[in-house]
Amino acid sequence: MQNSFYEEKVSQIQKSFKIDEKYERWKNSTLADWNKKTGYREKNYTNSSDFKIKELYTRGDLPENLDEVLGMPGEYPYTRGVYPNMYRGKLWTMRMFSGFGTPEDTNKRLKYLISNGETGLSIAFDMPTLYGYDCDNPRAEGEVGKCGVNVSSLADMERIFDGIDLSKISTSMTINAPAAILTAMYFVLAQKKGVNLDRISGTVQADILKEYIAQKEWMYPPEAHIRLIRDMLVYSTENVPKWNYISVSGYHIREAGSSAVQELAFTLADGFYYIDTGIDAGLDVDKFAPRMSFFFNSSINFFEEIAKFRAARRIWATVLKEKYGAKNPRSMQLKFHTQTSGYTLTWQQPLNNIVRTTIEAMAAVLGGTQSLHTNSYDEAWALPTDEAVKVALRTQQIIAEESGIADVIDPLGGSYYVERLTSEMEEAVYKYLDEIEKMGGILNAVKKGYIQKEIAETSYRKQLRIENMDDIVVGVNKYVEEDEKPINILKIDEIAEKNQVKRLKELKTKRNNEMVSRSLDRLRDAMQDEKVNLMPYIMDCVRNYATIEEISNVGREIFGEWKEPKIY
Amino acid sequence: MESGKNQKFIKPPIKVLLAKPAIDGHDRGIFVLARAFRDAGMEVIYAGLLPTPEEVVDTAVNEDVDVIALSLLNGAHMTAFKKVMDILKKRGINDIAVVGGGIIPDEDKPKLEKMGVTGNFGPGTRLDVIIDHVTKRALEVRELRKNEYK
Repeated sequence: MQNSFYEEKVSQIQKSFKIDEKYERWKNSTLADWNKKTGYREKNYTNSSDFKIKELYTRGDLPENLDEVLGMPGEYPYTRGVYPNMYRGKLWTMRMFSGFGTPEDTNKRLKYLISNGETGLSIAFDMPTLYGYDCDNPRAEGEVGKCGVNVSSLADMERIFDGIDLSKISTSMTINAPAAILTAMYFVLAQKKGVNLDRISGTVQADILKEYIAQKEWMYPPEAHIRLIRDMLVYSTENVPKWNYISVSGYHIREAGSSAVQELAFTLADGFYYIDTGIDAGLDVDKFAPRMSFFFNSSINFFEEIAKFRAARRIWATVLKEKYGAKNPRSMQLKFHTQTSGYTLTWQQPLNNIVRTTIEAMAAVLGGTQSLHTNSYDEAWALPTDEAVKVALRTQQIIAEESGIADVIDPLGGSYYVERLTSEMEEAVYKYLDEIEKMGGILNAVKKGYIQKEIAETSYRKQLRIENMDDIVVGVNKYVEEDEKPINILKIDEIAEKNQVKRLKELKTKRNNEMVSRSLDRLRDAMQDEKVNLMPYIMDCVRNYATIEEISNVGREIFGEWKEPKIY
Repeated sequence: MESGKNQKFIKPPIKVLLAKPAIDGHDRGIFVLARAFRDAGMEVIYAGLLPTPEEVVDTAVNEDVDVIALSLLNGAHMTAFKKVMDILKKRGINDIAVVGGGIIPDEDKPKLEKMGVTGNFGPGTRLDVIIDHVTKRALEVRELRKNEYK
């Protein structure tokens, strides 16, 4: 039987490595003798992806076709970076994920960050917003403004971005199930501020597949959300050329407990699914693929993460070119945002988290990220204070401007260890992609709960490794201190919820309610015809100040709701 | 009482309902606990995502559990845990123990205790500590039930 595309890739990688006799000799004589004499640290040397880590890497760990698989920066297959000049051209965007309380609280935080040198905005929404509920829904009680900022209507967006020039700074919005609504709000907001849609730039997360996999914030069954993604993809490809209509995210998959290789494999599988979605909508892959962006986690195993980022670029470029026949180099360039790992932050001895974040941020930069969020040391306690978030931002500035790390493109390129890890990561990802393809694609694998179970399994094993001291977490299972002193944390004023609810009530009396219900009716009609692009209809609703829940409810009515398959 | 992971000597097995009684998708911890409780010999039910506090209590009663284990990482514990406790109280149920966990600031812990939500474990807590606590609470309510029937 003929090999599948991915099987072929696995075999090519395996063939590019030979047994290194020099290393074998050294290991069996010099090293073995020495170990016998002096003893050695007994430990199971593996990384999160379960790769066996050798004590030494040599020239023999470089693939025979190294030049070919590396390429040059800004050239296929982009292992060394998507731009020819990387950080000598422009530093990565320092984009701190922010949002809490009322729109005014968040507006203040955004301006504080901009005044401290932040170069891009990133908005965190609260749970009701993420699930498409208004602040006055009984289920939202106690949650308004807690995990992010509350947005119930366009009026809230106007307040968040008050005094901020949308043509000058790009905005990323972490919103998924109601992504089309928030995107519509941002577009309409720009129009109301007199900024043409071709001048705004930014990213909306919108990656619903990883919601079913990991973050678990959905409203409708998958097919309905995928249609909305198609509509955003098509609408912004045609009207908002600098808008990244999706940010295919591994971050949450990793936070939910996956390994690095699972994060990369499942994220890329999601990405290819969206490529198929665009092609099925009748678009040429080279038209929309360039505006697909990615979002990865940077965790604590330094070299594993660097290898993951490099492998990500190489795989994306290879598959886009060879499997999808892309010709536009920009379609093949995987651009990504990185956030340091929230999971690795400890509640115990919180100042240690500054060091963890630094290591993780360095891995992201050495891996060639386009933008970066660094977590604050107090985030295992609460949302960060001004002080903590400033240290996190300064961490990036120190890496960028003091350390010299950003002076050279892909400085670890050619490292025996990093190149070997990059190839191993690539091989392991291709194996997963093959498996997923044979299960009938990622959506099927998710509906069956296969991906979710894989992650839950890895996460449980990780916890047991910590309990058994196979993995050390400083301050948690080693170097433990009995007396943990509480730190100063950010408190969300309860008044935020009351204010939001009061405002929404006022809005509903002030707006033209007839226009609202007419635009909602038109949206309802449009939803019944699968072929219609819903974006203009949602923008109409938004412009009339229909609320996020009113708009979402039309969808709930037409598409129904979603129940998770049994994972446990 | 024996410590930690093996509670298999307890018959019938301790029955626990795991639930996130609010709008919160952070389910890594609750899945780890589900596995750990099961491996410790307990019978585990997971309420699924986004149950209302009423649904949590209904499930607990219908399934006749010993313990409800609540987890929230979204800062809504003071409201959502309280709702669960209020419903239990209103229905006169005092033989189901309620334990909590998540991102819970120190200052909230005594308030939750006062409501009757114990444990309130934060990140980095060892599984055997949680298992011990759940076991202790389960045996307490079983004792209570025994006395009620006398």
